[in-house]
Amino acid sequence: MRYAMVIDTLKCVGCSDCVVACQTENDVPVGYCRDWITETVNGAYPSIELELKSERCNHCDNAPCVRCCPTGASHQLDNGIVLVTGDECIGCGACIESCPYDARYQHPDGYVDKCTFCHHRLEKGQLPACVSVCPTKCMYFGDLDNPNSEVSQLLKNRKYKTLAPEAGTKPQVYYLI
Amino acid sequence: MQEELFTSGRNIPHIDPSLEIWHWPISVYLFLGGLAAGLLFFAGIVTVLGKDKEYPAAVKFASIVSPIALTLGLLALFYDLTHKLYFWRLYTTIRIESPMSWGAWVLLIITPISFLWVISYYSELFPKWKLNFKFFDDFENFLKKQRKNMAIALIPLSIILGVYTGILLSAFNARPLWNNAILGPLFLTSGLSTGAATIILLAKSKKERHLFSKIDLALIVLELGLIVHMLMGMYAGSEVQLEAMQLLVGGEFTLMFFGFVIILGLIIPAILELTEIIGYKVPVAIPAILILIGGLVFRFVMVEAGQITRYLY
Repeated sequence: MRYAMVIDTLKCVGCSDCVVACQTENDVPVGYCRDWITETVNGAYPSIELELKSERCNHCDNAPCVRCCPTGASHQLDNGIVLVTGDECIGCGACIESCPYDARYQHPDGYVDKCTFCHHRLEKGQLPACVSVCPTKCMYFGDLDNPNSEVSQLLKNRKYKTLAPEAGTKPQVYYLI
Repeated sequence: MQEELFTSGRNIPHIDPSLEIWHWPISVYLFLGGLAAGLLFFAGIVTVLGKDKEYPAAVKFASIVSPIALTLGLLALFYDLTHKLYFWRLYTTIRIESPMSWGAWVLLIITPISFLWVISYYSELFPKWKLNFKFFDDFENFLKKQRKNMAIALIPLSIILGVYTGILLSAFNARPLWNNAILGPLFLTSGLSTGAATIILLAKSKKERHLFSKIDLALIVLELGLIVHMLMGMYAGSEVQLEAMQLLVGGEFTLMFFGFVIILGLIIPAILELTEIIGYKVPVAIPAILILIGGLVFRFVMVEAGQITRYLY
């Protein structure tokens, strides 16, 4: 079992529905977010290209945040999901410094918080909140260890990229391009 | 011409536009930790070599500074935690891969030893404040006999502490300015140099002052070499490292780095120490204090500039 997310940048319109769904589902404090939209404009006029995508914690296979945590509050489940146990976290900030994606933040209550791939929804057989609300259905979620899953098939048939692969973190959120 | 415009719909406190997670207490701790490491290293090595009678400032007077520095440093670290009441979680586990876990355990061992070291010199340091308790005198005599053992333990522990202040930063691959292996030895050298400067400041005899001036001079030359290595390594590195280096060379931290750290904190004190050793009259407090200020500014520059650097994708 290896959970992963695949996001089709050609279908994303940058509506921020995923951001709002996450904030509502996970009681994210006002002013914070676990996922966000980026707009990248590449090239020079007249040949320019716009890329929209929804970003979040990459639940890396080689997670630097888990490695540097002094208490073990940051940990990785067997299915690849990286989680933070709030009452083991001392709020030292090491994991935030270690994340090349800046995907973590300090919750106003003191502990460090981040995307959980909606772990609590997966247990009930539901999809992550962001995936379930996407109006253009540009987000896919599933098991990469299963060669027949939707995500495995997409990565087999389409061109894709990951974010900052040069950081060596082996990110598990894939972007179709 | 290729242009790239990147916008993100995100504005999280302390994360955007650049990290502000580690504040001044971390810089202050890195300085005080390095200072204590330097002082305890010199106290240990002088004692092991059996020269403690000849160099009283190194083993006795300056050693009062180290427990104070460690206590203040630990308080600063504690102050910068955001989930403070759970700090004890550090001591329910040992995580080999986490430099901070290593550091927390080394501090737990070295801080009590630094206090015991001062207690072993209590009657010599504070002859007027005699405590008339028999158990205290017995304890002091016991520690006096254990001084050599404590010194043997202090040498490796202080080196680990000094290197750790650098490794803490260099372990983060996400911050290109910090992510170079030379930061550990560089912070250790800087810590030893600030330790030597404190001993120079407190030394009463010319012999001790000159010995530690010579040691300090060697450390300053070494430190300058390591800084050149660090900059050259980043200059030859990937684009993110090149951008990180440009913060120090030509960017917003240039004045602080070259003005306060390299010129005022290393080169000028080295010249002043050299003139003093040759025999000219120079008040030694000036180079010593310049080195201490330079060491503190160096930590501030590295912690603040490092958090600006990141991967761009």
